Amino acid sequence: MFDARPNTSSNLDYYRHRAAQFRSQVARRLDGSLTEEEFRPLRLMNGVYLQLHAYMLRVAIPYGTINPDQMRTLALLAQKWDKGYGHFTTRQNIQFNWPKLVDIPDMLDALAEAGLHAIQTSGNTIRNVTTDAFAGAAADEVMDPRPYAELLRLWSTDHGEFQFLPRKFKIAISAGAKERAVIAAHDIGLRIVRNDAGETGFQVWIGGGLGRTPLLGQVVREFLPEADLLPYVEAILMTYNLAGRRDNKYKARIKITVAERGLDVMREEIEAEFINRRAVFTGVDQKLLADLKAQYAAPNFRHEPTGDYEAERAKSGAFRSWTDTNLSAHKVEGYASVTLTLKAPGVTPGDASDEQMRLVASLAERYGHSDIRIAHDQNIVLPHVHKSDLPAIYRELVEAGLATANAGLISDIIACPGMDYCALATARSIPIAQDIADHFRARGLEDEIGQFNIRISGCINACGHHHLGHIGILGLDRAGVENYQITLGGDGYEIPAIGQRAGAGFPGEEVVPAIDRVVTAYLALRDGPQERFIDAYRRLGAAPFKAALYPETANA
Amino acid sequence: MSKTFTPSPETPAVITANDLRMGHCVWMLDGSWTADPGKAQLFEDGPRAELALLEAEAQGHIVVGAYLAEAKRGPNGPEATHFREEFRRRGPSNYFHGKQAETVTA
Repeated sequence: MFDARPNTSSNLDYYRHRAAQFRSQVARRLDGSLTEEEFRPLRLMNGVYLQLHAYMLRVAIPYGTINPDQMRTLALLAQKWDKGYGHFTTRQNIQFNWPKLVDIPDMLDALAEAGLHAIQTSGNTIRNVTTDAFAGAAADEVMDPRPYAELLRLWSTDHGEFQFLPRKFKIAISAGAKERAVIAAHDIGLRIVRNDAGETGFQVWIGGGLGRTPLLGQVVREFLPEADLLPYVEAILMTYNLAGRRDNKYKARIKITVAERGLDVMREEIEAEFINRRAVFTGVDQKLLADLKAQYAAPNFRHEPTGDYEAERAKSGAFRSWTDTNLSAHKVEGYASVTLTLKAPGVTPGDASDEQMRLVASLAERYGHSDIRIAHDQNIVLPHVHKSDLPAIYRELVEAGLATANAGLISDIIACPGMDYCALATARSIPIAQDIADHFRARGLEDEIGQFNIRISGCINACGHHHLGHIGILGLDRAGVENYQITLGGDGYEIPAIGQRAGAGFPGEEVVPAIDRVVTAYLALRDGPQERFIDAYRRLGAAPFKAALYPETANA
Repeated sequence: MSKTFTPSPETPAVITANDLRMGHCVWMLDGSWTADPGKAQLFEDGPRAELALLEAEAQGHIVVGAYLAEAKRGPNGPEATHFREEFRRRGPSNYFHGKQAETVTA
């Protein structure tokens, strides 16, 4: 286990060691000492994939928390070894799409010096732990989840028992009264709650996941005391490691184990194992946790008037619109969390240029207590900004193309890389997302439509979380042509739901008109502007929206 | 992508892979590799294609993941018959990157 403090010398030494190890492996691959079959698991252990046009390096951003120097390192990688941009993912990681294998050891060295790495961003192991991008800042938060996320990261990194699980394993933690970490779609979801006695603990979910068999997680423990976090999670992993299927990779995730064996059987085995595991945790984890809580203490907030902010809102409609859409309530009076959406017109969802990354680093230093978050919806968040600084921040964001006022709106679309980059994809995602966003901007309907989640994936593996979109889009190959299936009614947050397939798919050029028909039907059918699409869908059912999607069938 | 068909005069194929060091797409030409798909060797004979694929797979020190991709004869050499191969030939559609933007040497 590492030292508790992130990026202490022991951590950095470990990252340097791993980078040096990979440099040696690359050298041996290039001189023929290692075959591709031998090299492939080694490169995957370091986040290196071979995609459609090039290698791809996936870098971990632990629970989406990053500091300005680290952001500048990501910018350096984009500028020096890639094509000037990086792609932020739904798992709060960043991917570089164009590195050369011969350069990747240098990239890992640079990351190591910044306290970053690509370890466990691939392979059948515990992946990057994710959480709410507004952690430590949200007004509705029970408690900052990051100390627990960091504890889980320290525990899971290089954990000898869990490096060769039946399949990859994802853990998410949510701490808001409002759920923002999509815990129901993770192998383990942890929701921080308080019991009747006022004690902090976790509601524990297991067995969620998307992909070809989308399933929502189920609650395996209503209340897990805080002190039992690691032994209980370890008991879940151990149970899954033994019971998970290794005969069929498509049935190897814990969601299938839970579905096949039943939640009650799993619970019984986990609880039995938990007793054993609890006994071997001698308290070191609690010392570590206390250390981490101190490290994640709130910044030194200012208490100043916000008159300039109010004056700017009164003066500038564009600024008011941006603040109405992209600010989130902060737990401290006078502060806000700011979402910088990476969904400007014409850009690839989730992409940020090296210049944009450097600007974000600079803004965080000057105005944001040096704290930056990567959100699961492929946006960037400055969690702690005093409102009086917002006019100045906004001016710089406008210049950089980062002031798009669309957080949570219909053009704020999650999209996987699709067949533009991914070797697994069966169709493209990016141009469809861009076309949909452009269409509704052109119609001037974004604000009227209100909060609306569209998610698109370029294959059944569902990296674009299409099952959780109010409207989901799945790109497939139908007889050598890109074809898009539409799902309706998905939701990853308060009332988790897997979207239901509406019917036959559409060719690429018919997707935008199809989505437009559904949205037009929603605007006509809703109770009022306050009723979101997902609420109208739940009230009315799928029928009127399917009729809008397939008018020829409805009129037959 | 693995081979799922046998090349024939009706369904010719090229052999394609990714360059080991750089990662970019390459195509087989008389046992060597070219970054220009228009110069690729077109196989219409199943056994010859199988043999060439074995030869390609033996060149793991140069390329990764060689496979047969269906193609057709075009005025400027082999052309892709599937959109996936067309993206590999051209590059992504969201940026002017990949082969559409640069000439690379295998």
